[in-house]
Amino acid sequence: MIVLETKKLTRAYGGVVAVSEVDFQVKDGLITGLIGPNGAGKTTLFNNMTGLDTPTSGQVFYNGEEITNKSAHRICRLGIARTFQNIRLFKELSVLENVMVGLHFKTGKDPLKGRLKAAVDSYLHVRTEYDATHEKAMKWLEFFGLSEFADELARNLPYGHQRELEIARALATDPQILFLDEPAAGMNPSETESLMNTIRRIRDLGVTVVLIEHDMKLVMNICDTITVLNYGRNIAQGTPEEIRNNEQVIEAYLGKEEE
Amino acid sequence: MINFILLILIYTGIYALMAIGQNLITGYVGLLSLTQAGFFAIGSYVTAILSVTYGIDFWITVPIAGILAALFGVVIGLPTLRLSGDYLAIATLGFGEIVRNILNNWDSLTNGPMGIQRIPMITVFGMKISPYAKWGFLVVVWLFVLVAFVLFERLANSRMGRALEAVREDEIAASSMGINATRYKVWAFALGAGIAGVAGSLQSTFILSVTPGVFTFMVSIMVLCMVVLGGMGNFAAVILGAFIIQFISYFPQLVGLSNIIPPQFKQILFGLILVTMMIWRPQGILGRKTRGEPAIFKRRGGKK
Ligand SMILES: Nc1ncnc2c1ncn2[C@@H]1O[C@H](COP(=O)(O)OP(=O)(O)OP(=O)(O)O)[C@@H](O)[C@H]1O
Ligand SMILES: [Mg+2]
Repeated sequence: MIVLETKKLTRAYGGVVAVSEVDFQVKDGLITGLIGPNGAGKTTLFNNMTGLDTPTSGQVFYNGEEITNKSAHRICRLGIARTFQNIRLFKELSVLENVMVGLHFKTGKDPLKGRLKAAVDSYLHVRTEYDATHEKAMKWLEFFGLSEFADELARNLPYGHQRELEIARALATDPQILFLDEPAAGMNPSETESLMNTIRRIRDLGVTVVLIEHDMKLVMNICDTITVLNYGRNIAQGTPEEIRNNEQVIEAYLGKEEE
Repeated sequence: MINFILLILIYTGIYALMAIGQNLITGYVGLLSLTQAGFFAIGSYVTAILSVTYGIDFWITVPIAGILAALFGVVIGLPTLRLSGDYLAIATLGFGEIVRNILNNWDSLTNGPMGIQRIPMITVFGMKISPYAKWGFLVVVWLFVLVAFVLFERLANSRMGRALEAVREDEIAASSMGINATRYKVWAFALGAGIAGVAGSLQSTFILSVTPGVFTFMVSIMVLCMVVLGGMGNFAAVILGAFIIQFISYFPQLVGLSNIIPPQFKQILFGLILVTMMIWRPQGILGRKTRGEPAIFKRRGGKK
């Protein structure tokens, strides 16, 4: 089943067409890879699906509902979470607090009470609310093996852990789909190895994962399906096997041979 | 002499309220707004007009002053909060001046530059709290500070407080975590304005009169200084900041040198304080409150 798709999505910055008429599909429960050379438009496509940028034309559908012009916080609340290519942690907050912020809207929503009542309650019972959120956040830190860093400032975490914390924070929003923008960037081989396991464990939680990645070993290993962008266009999609043998993809990566 | 120290402490209290509001806006959400003078003025005039013209009791005018200032906060906040950094500072600075101009010129309501005199004293259980005797007034003012401190400290440790800090740290990441950044900024602005309005109420019953001349942009600058000096993101620290700044500004009078040291000395000094702190100790004297489990929770024992 398709949970997210774009229809002829185009994003132009002045004369630069970063994404051009892309039909991108994400299937439920799978790990989808999004690859392409530098500047191919991968991050731009992510931004346009998560409300941080607005397409010049085209549409985005999530579970059949159009979300094209929705703001980022709305889209997150619908069940789409993400990380960023240039890590965007809340640097001066503790590791734990970063995850607690991820839990923000889940802990604020109470179907029985309505938002204002829930907000007032969370203020009146600030200690109870804190403890409950604290506990949930610790669970996510345990999932990533970051418990020991709970009270460190996020900015003091080693680089690889910062990437993991960003994923933990995103997962805390309890998403159906998780977008990862180059999660392995800057990681050493052993960190990348453990990241691969983590991504599989995330999939096993029932979360649909979409990842942009330049590390081909990682992509070919864990993706069920891969979409390739080049110069803003969707030039191929298929299984890792199909992508590996696709002429156009090989050309895109190796450069067209001159006649 | 003791009277003079009491005076400084009373002003410390009144300004501490404004600094607490400023701290929510600047320390927590990271918005450089310079509006406190405007909201302070609105609060002062609400109490002055309601109590003098309509004979309404001080205690009823306080919530009205707070709510009205907060509403103005929303009205000012909605359009200006899209701006960032210096632009926000300039736009909000303009607001304070507009308020002062209106107070100066809306004669039928505010009595123009003459202001409003003969504001009734606060009464508690039929007892008059005279600003001349000072002790009683000091207690009233610091009760307000205590209540505001507890309420805001609690807010800062709630999920809203975390959301505000997330917005300060990275607005884009915060909105990608489902946080409606604009909504929270406006809330912070409204609350910060509201408490400045309450400070205004106290001010008018302390001076027993209001004139537009009091609410210059220097007031906003002083409040900002208090926050920067004490420590952004730390409510106890900004109260300390309020004391230091008040002490400095009354120092010439305290030592009887007010006819030698010109009043402009204050302004130069505040400017210097802002710049030196920004360069040498941007976190302020006490610095941001430490992370980890909030102290107010620990003290109450609880589990763990
Ligand atoms: N805000 C912007 N303004 C102007 N041009 C932009 C903007 N964002 C992206 N671009 C351009 O759009 C194109 C696609 O950029 P994008 O960041 O989406 O590529 P990418 O596939 O994520 O590349 P990388 O692998 O290097 O991260 C690039 O040519 C880039 O310069
Ligand atoms: Mg990119």
